[in-house]
Amino acid sequence: MKILTAAALAALVTVGAGQVHAAEGEAMPKYDWSFSGVFGRFDRAAMQRGLQVYREVCSACHGLKYVAFRNLEVLGYSEDEIKEMATEYSIGDGPNDEGDMFERPGRPSDYFPSPFPNDKAAAAANNGAAPPDLSLMAKARPGGPDYIRNLLLGYEDPPAGFEALEGLNYNLYFPGHQIAMAAPLSDGAVEFADGTEASTEQMATDLANFLMWTAEPNLERRHSLGVSVVLFLLVFTGILYAAKRKVWSDLH
Amino acid sequence: MSGLKTNNPVIRWIEYRLPIFSFIDHAVGSGYPTPRNLNYWWNFGSLAGLALVIMILTGIMLAMQYTAHVAFAFDSVERIMRDVNSGWLIRYIHMNGGSFFFIVVYIHLFRGLYYGSYKAPRELLWILGVVILLLMMATAFMGYVLPWGQMSFWGATVITNLFSAIPLIGESIVTWLWGGFAVANPTLNRFYALHYLLPFVIVGAVVLHIWALHRFGSNNPLGIEANGPQDKIPFHPYYTAKDAFGVGVFLLFFAAVVFFAPNFFGEPDNYIPANPLSTPAHIVPEWYFLPYYATLRAIPDKLLGVIAMFGSILILFVLPWIDRSPVRSAKFRPIYKQFFWIFLADCILLGYIGAKPPEGMFLIIGRIATAYYFLHFVIVFVLSYVERPRPLPSSIGEAVLKGGGAPAPAAAREKA
Repeated sequence: MKILTAAALAALVTVGAGQVHAAEGEAMPKYDWSFSGVFGRFDRAAMQRGLQVYREVCSACHGLKYVAFRNLEVLGYSEDEIKEMATEYSIGDGPNDEGDMFERPGRPSDYFPSPFPNDKAAAAANNGAAPPDLSLMAKARPGGPDYIRNLLLGYEDPPAGFEALEGLNYNLYFPGHQIAMAAPLSDGAVEFADGTEASTEQMATDLANFLMWTAEPNLERRHSLGVSVVLFLLVFTGILYAAKRKVWSDLH
Repeated sequence: MSGLKTNNPVIRWIEYRLPIFSFIDHAVGSGYPTPRNLNYWWNFGSLAGLALVIMILTGIMLAMQYTAHVAFAFDSVERIMRDVNSGWLIRYIHMNGGSFFFIVVYIHLFRGLYYGSYKAPRELLWILGVVILLLMMATAFMGYVLPWGQMSFWGATVITNLFSAIPLIGESIVTWLWGGFAVANPTLNRFYALHYLLPFVIVGAVVLHIWALHRFGSNNPLGIEANGPQDKIPFHPYYTAKDAFGVGVFLLFFAAVVFFAPNFFGEPDNYIPANPLSTPAHIVPEWYFLPYYATLRAIPDKLLGVIAMFGSILILFVLPWIDRSPVRSAKFRPIYKQFFWIFLADCILLGYIGAKPPEGMFLIIGRIATAYYFLHFVIVFVLSYVERPRPLPSSIGEAVLKGGGAPAPAAAREKA
């Protein structure tokens, strides 16, 4: 009985805190992600496609500075494939023995280079709004991967009477509905290496899959370790309860 | 000492020169007589101690990898999350450990309110508890600044700015706190130094808290003093076994959040690096500060708001003298018991309001809830004169052993 009360109170606190966070923003359609849930895992094929969308579309304006090429091994690429992918990028390095900075082909230990040298340059080239780095985007917005997917699919004609400011675009899910980024995806914008049809929805979903991984690369380890820890604790707590009963049984 | 019996020559040799074993035995062992009727709400003190240990251990490990500089703080946390072995686990434990520390401490505190644990002769025990709460709040606030995300920066800005409400010297105090004219690198550095220091001050306060506890022993659900051996059982093995079970349940809840919803208590905005030029749409503190935040914003005048916010905690210091009823436990105080639950609901309501923008209905409810928070203490004062408590049992042993039909099983169920 007492345990039930305690559990109910704990649940109340947790639910209350949850509502605090869910309180704001446009009603956000939820997608059934492979990585959600206690046993959730990443979808490798979707992540590879998402990486392709990032490299061919997003990377023109958005950085991915916390992700190193070596990390891509988790997506299912071989060492050689990663080396080759890295060499396609030019990385600033130096100073060399003459004291000069220089450019060289990327190595697996390098991080994705950002498209602009700094935020000011990024803002200057983009109508005053610097495109944010995408590494943590899936954790840095309410809704996370759902928000990313919805935002990419949320470009619509504005409702009657809605006047978007000069240079801004209407988006159903962006807070305030006016976003500087023009609709980045259109059907067939990329040609997927695995032959999947590149519909806008497919690309948006795959990209969100990929960005969830860039934001939370240890998610799979966390889930599998968590299952073991909780199972252990269930058994261990049961033993502790039995021990407690045993110890207390000699009280008259 | 008298209670300690051992045949181990090493222990006897040490004990003769440094009586540390009997000290431990008297603190949490068989030499500490404890009321036999403590229920599971009495588990939360040891859980708070466990949370403190978890926070200090994970905190020290994080400190080995963290860089306290505005240009590197955010990146160093991301490095912990990505490249440091099990860094993500240590950081998620520390991040959520703060929330769980507050959960168990708040339950511990409300248990004290319900069972009148603050009353004579345990006033100092209670006061030390409030001191610990204040230290925890300072520590948690400064810890939240360290990742140097958007909410870190703007939370620090808003909260330090509160001190500018002090007349005449307020602005100077804020500059002094910041170490400059804005929240910047000197602020981050000193917050880091203090965030590392204060937990050890908490440890000191906890030692005093336990010391004061041992003077008269634990209060109990009946709120009457234990007298005689039939009222008491040794802490070990009875309460060590019971606390260990509580630890298991606590860790289950904790693990569920750490492994399956580690960002549940957090704000997405704190995964955006701090930017002094861009203010987040809503600046909200961590959930455990929301009731105070609601109190602060309920009052239109800044200085009065700050006073009310701090006053909402400081008033707890004098609670032992506000509540003059000689009966401790709400079990025997039918009216107080109802006001206790209303007060708890009011605090939760304040927390809800604290997460909402201070406008329209929310502001009005926030003001009523804030007013009621303070009114509660007036009610408690009045109640201690007008309430007629129910008759108290003459002893714990009597209430426990003769309470039910069949003595032994009934007693076991009460505790289980």
